[in-house]
Amino acid sequence: MDDFDRPILSVNHLSKQFGPGCIHCSSGQSDSLIKNYCPTCGTVYACRDISFDLYPGEVFGIVGESGSGKSTLMQCLYFDQEVTEGEALIASYKNGEANIFEESSQQKRYIRNHQLGKVYQNPILGLRMGFSSIGNIAEKLIAAGGRNVGAMEARGRELLEHVNIPIRRMKEPPKNFSGGMQQRVQIAKALSNNPPILLLDEVTTGLDLSVQANVLDLIKKLQRELNISMIIVSHDLGVIRMLADRTMVMLDGKVIEYGLTDQILEDPQHRYTQQLVHSLL
Amino acid sequence: MNIAYNFAFFDEGSKREIRRSTLKAIAIPGYQVPFASREMPIGRGWGTGGLQLTLSLIGKKDMLKVIDQGADESVNAVNIKKLVTKTTGVRTVDDTEDATVVQSRHRIPEVPLKEHQILILQVPLPEPLRYYEPSEFVTQRLHAEQEYSGAWLMLFEQIMKYGHMSTGADHPVMVQDRYVMAPSPIPRFDNPKMNYSKALILLGAGREKKIYAVPPFTKVVSLAFDDYPFEAESFEGASCWQCGATGVFLDELIDEGTGETYHQCNDTSYCISRLNARPANH
Repeated sequence: MDDFDRPILSVNHLSKQFGPGCIHCSSGQSDSLIKNYCPTCGTVYACRDISFDLYPGEVFGIVGESGSGKSTLMQCLYFDQEVTEGEALIASYKNGEANIFEESSQQKRYIRNHQLGKVYQNPILGLRMGFSSIGNIAEKLIAAGGRNVGAMEARGRELLEHVNIPIRRMKEPPKNFSGGMQQRVQIAKALSNNPPILLLDEVTTGLDLSVQANVLDLIKKLQRELNISMIIVSHDLGVIRMLADRTMVMLDGKVIEYGLTDQILEDPQHRYTQQLVHSLL
Repeated sequence: MNIAYNFAFFDEGSKREIRRSTLKAIAIPGYQVPFASREMPIGRGWGTGGLQLTLSLIGKKDMLKVIDQGADESVNAVNIKKLVTKTTGVRTVDDTEDATVVQSRHRIPEVPLKEHQILILQVPLPEPLRYYEPSEFVTQRLHAEQEYSGAWLMLFEQIMKYGHMSTGADHPVMVQDRYVMAPSPIPRFDNPKMNYSKALILLGAGREKKIYAVPPFTKVVSLAFDDYPFEAESFEGASCWQCGATGVFLDELIDEGTGETYHQCNDTSYCISRLNARPANH
């Protein structure tokens, strides 16, 4: 099989629930749920049976309203949360034959440090605000086995230059930076060890428009130059339209629509997607 | 009022609990074993961890040496010695060679320790990752997963800020290729003495309620980068003004009259034994 045909990441039947579940909600399949919440036992079904593939060099978009399970899905993929059920295979890890959710915590850390990069919506989660910016980048390199200060510093400089952070400020801690700059430091950190897969969770939310455009430009450039596969989560259809090749629409923890971004935006099938597209300003 | 204390201050049950934690610590080199740190007649943070180890281990035939930053006669060392002697009747000594148990704060003696000796170090902060990660819950997991980027990151930050690793004391070490350990605030100069030490090294943190150990002949490597190797303090060109020793850890002192700086052995018993060994006419 050609490398282009083979997904770099496949997620199959991923489910994540918060709470024990009961006979009334029967693993989130029942109609008695209010959206994704069981009124009897209080269980929330954040992700329900989600499957998708990510191909090399592709940008995959996930849209949906607040509380639809987008961020939980990303947290599961980055091992910030444990999944309830399901599997994920990474082609560059054990030849795509091991379910990464069932690996030991050491192996999960290895996958995080070598295969994945993540940019959080809130920079506080992705950065150590009190450490220098270059130190933040080095942290990921050290975790991936880097033990040469000169090489790590050079890589850090290169990346910070790439994301337009002035070199004279590289030893400053990110807490001194503006939101947009913090977000760019986060991107530099996520990219530092050349991960084949980059997870971007609402990266532009809360930034002003010109900074937003800046960050989006950067992501576009990275995708073109480094050919990294990305999953982009956003509730902003403009961002998805600009970046994503294919898009998945989520509602109440379920996938309701799945396809080429143009197709979804031009000819939405599901009622919720239609409403979403029509409310686009 | 005269209270008859049990031998070595503690009741037998307490001593057994501390010994049990010590055995576990020896079995897992560098791993911090929690223990029930007891109330002591000295305040926590003043050497209670080391003192509890000493009291749990000491027997009637032992000879105890206690040093505080190299000195046998400082207040802290003298008071600890008094407490142990009063409750055990054990003899205290100054010469490192004569001691079977050496309790120390912030130094490893200059005279190399031997197989029959035990070195007990007092530890203020046992967790080498604490500055990087404030949560104990998280640091325990980091140790379990052998995830030590935080320890290296702290050294990296120092290099970025100051151009070199600036740990004055307590430079983190890797024990037997598994656990990163805080060697207690001994100077970098003493770190290499831990590597394949003939004596058993026990470390006790009374306030933080942890015991850990470096068993004899265990590999202890100070953390460093490929291009920034570990370096001990250098006393190139300096010698002790009293005994003339070189190649030992020296204190820098300033003569207040002339403003000149001079050096003196930090390990007082080492210095005195060298002075005593000199011919009388010297």
